[in-house]
Amino acid sequence: MTSTEPLLDVRDLSVTFTRKGGPTVRAVDGVSFTVRPGETVSLVGESGSGKSVTSLAVMGLLPRRGVQVGGQVLFDGDDLLTLPRDRLRDIRGRDIAMVFQDPMSSLNPVVPIGVQVTEVLERHQDLHGEKARAAAADLLARVGIPDPTRRLKEYPHQLSGGMRQRALIAMALACQPRLLIADEPTTALDVTIQAQIIELLKELVQDTGAALVLITHDLGIVAGLCDTVHVMYSGRVVESAGRRELFARPRHPYTGGLLGSVPRLDAPRGAPLHPIPGSPTDVLRWDRGCAFAPRCQNRVDACTEGPPPLESYAGRSLRCLNPLTESEEVSA
Amino acid sequence: MLKFVVRRLLLLVPILFGLSVLLFVWLRALPGGPAQALLGERATAESVARIESLYGLNDAWYVQYWKFVSAAVQLDFGNSARTNRPVAEEMARTFPATFELAVAALIFAIGIGIPLGYFAARKYGSWLDNLSVSGSLLGVAVPVFFLAYILKYVFSVQLGWFPTQGRQDPRMDADHPTGLYVLDGLITGNPEASWDAIMHLVLPAIALGAIPLAVIVRITRASVLDVVHEDYVRTAEAKGLWERTITRRHVLRNALLPVVTVIGLQAGLLFSGAILTETVFAFDGVGRFIAEAISNRDYAVLQGFILVIAAIYVIVNLLVDVSYGLIDPRVRVR
Repeated sequence: MTSTEPLLDVRDLSVTFTRKGGPTVRAVDGVSFTVRPGETVSLVGESGSGKSVTSLAVMGLLPRRGVQVGGQVLFDGDDLLTLPRDRLRDIRGRDIAMVFQDPMSSLNPVVPIGVQVTEVLERHQDLHGEKARAAAADLLARVGIPDPTRRLKEYPHQLSGGMRQRALIAMALACQPRLLIADEPTTALDVTIQAQIIELLKELVQDTGAALVLITHDLGIVAGLCDTVHVMYSGRVVESAGRRELFARPRHPYTGGLLGSVPRLDAPRGAPLHPIPGSPTDVLRWDRGCAFAPRCQNRVDACTEGPPPLESYAGRSLRCLNPLTESEEVSA
Repeated sequence: MLKFVVRRLLLLVPILFGLSVLLFVWLRALPGGPAQALLGERATAESVARIESLYGLNDAWYVQYWKFVSAAVQLDFGNSARTNRPVAEEMARTFPATFELAVAALIFAIGIGIPLGYFAARKYGSWLDNLSVSGSLLGVAVPVFFLAYILKYVFSVQLGWFPTQGRQDPRMDADHPTGLYVLDGLITGNPEASWDAIMHLVLPAIALGAIPLAVIVRITRASVLDVVHEDYVRTAEAKGLWERTITRRHVLRNALLPVVTVIGLQAGLLFSGAILTETVFAFDGVGRFIAEAISNRDYAVLQGFILVIAAIYVIVNLLVDVSYGLIDPRVRVR
């Protein structure tokens, strides 16, 4: 399934937002991960953990003002962060495509769906007119939109939420990208539609051989789809592991908390939910210690004395001084 | 769509009815009257009475109103007390003039306002942005007649680049089949007359267009600033589209929606706003004619002209609403 050369190699990526008169905010802080061709990688975390900012930084879609991006984003050996803008435009939409969170606001309300699909084909594949429209109709049919020729003439508000997300996926897949980045692709959708969209993504990724970076806070989606999982907290990766290992043995207390907080249908009625105490805003700055320490039940004194290093062993990376042991995992 | 247009046009009836009653009563509440205005301060009571009975001004106001309405529905607004010519004829002469001026002012305001607003937003915080913001504030704040005099003084009197007044050089031999002088010059094969008419339009159009220009710059700028941060613009960027495609198709198409509404409102106001500009430049249009009619208590002219201007305002706004439906599919009338 995977070859050795990574397709995407993110090295020590950091994103800092600066505002005149305000404090600077380091949203992403030394994040590294790789994606091999055909691999499915997930970035998991709560709101504000920096996962979406990471994906936007990879695509070069962050605003140019007030944002400093550091590190390297190597795609096929080219550093996307230093590539001239025109070459980046050639790569975007053709080699790397992106599916966004809210399909309503991510589609232009005053342009027909058909134009929004064909414009990608016109830009990257030099398809025009009738040919482009036929290709667009094929794409819509492929993502499961019935009566595609009619839908091409319709506007986003005439489609349901699920259909809109399918249309966005069709646009992303138009040029058969080698890497697809999906940023919370199901968050804005109904639960039943969520499953369909995930199923569709899975199928399309398998068919086209594209690698997928899935950004989500929903571990249920990760379990069904991903090879490798990176758990992010407050801008840093706190634990990375293969999907099976991570679900079977979470080591970071935060990962354990995320897994423990998923409500289960097979739990007895009235059984209490297990939220992670505190909120993602109770953070320690990483240079003072572990950002999760204020909410952590495994906290030891050393946690607040300095930043814990990211240590790798046995195919897993972990940033924790007092990880969960086997007996703690389930109750966490 | 047709139903929508018909319904809106039917709304004109109560609007015009209400306005005509208000106008009628209001005009007669003004001190003095047409007879006084015509005959001057030293008129004898006798001659005033003669004029009043001649024009039916002695009748009760509702009798006068009924006479007025029954004639007005046949587009007969009576005769001007001042020029003694049918009001309808005066309209045919002055409306094309003001229409031409309003169109010129709009071309000026839109042609400069939209690009300026767009670039101000894209260069947010730059000198161009600051200049356009403070300039548009000035544009709204400076009184039109003041601006008109300054323009006339600098560019006509001092520099001599443009004629000082009127619509056409009186020495020019030109026919006017439509009353739109620029168009007339073209259809009668007299491009010189067209050019002369354009030169006469430049300064009045700038004076009249200054406020719409300022409003359009501000709305365009604010709207573009909003739209460039929309998710669909980010989607377009993620597709790797060229900058110009993103600008045209994704930014401007959305950003111009509120601008169209504002343009419509401003276009409706131009007809009434032309009074000062036309007076300064002795431009023989609706505004100047109304101004003269007011000082002469020319009831027939005021009633007829103001009603027609109101109807134009309603129709212009109807056109804006219809065109809005064309550019924004979400409000398309089904």
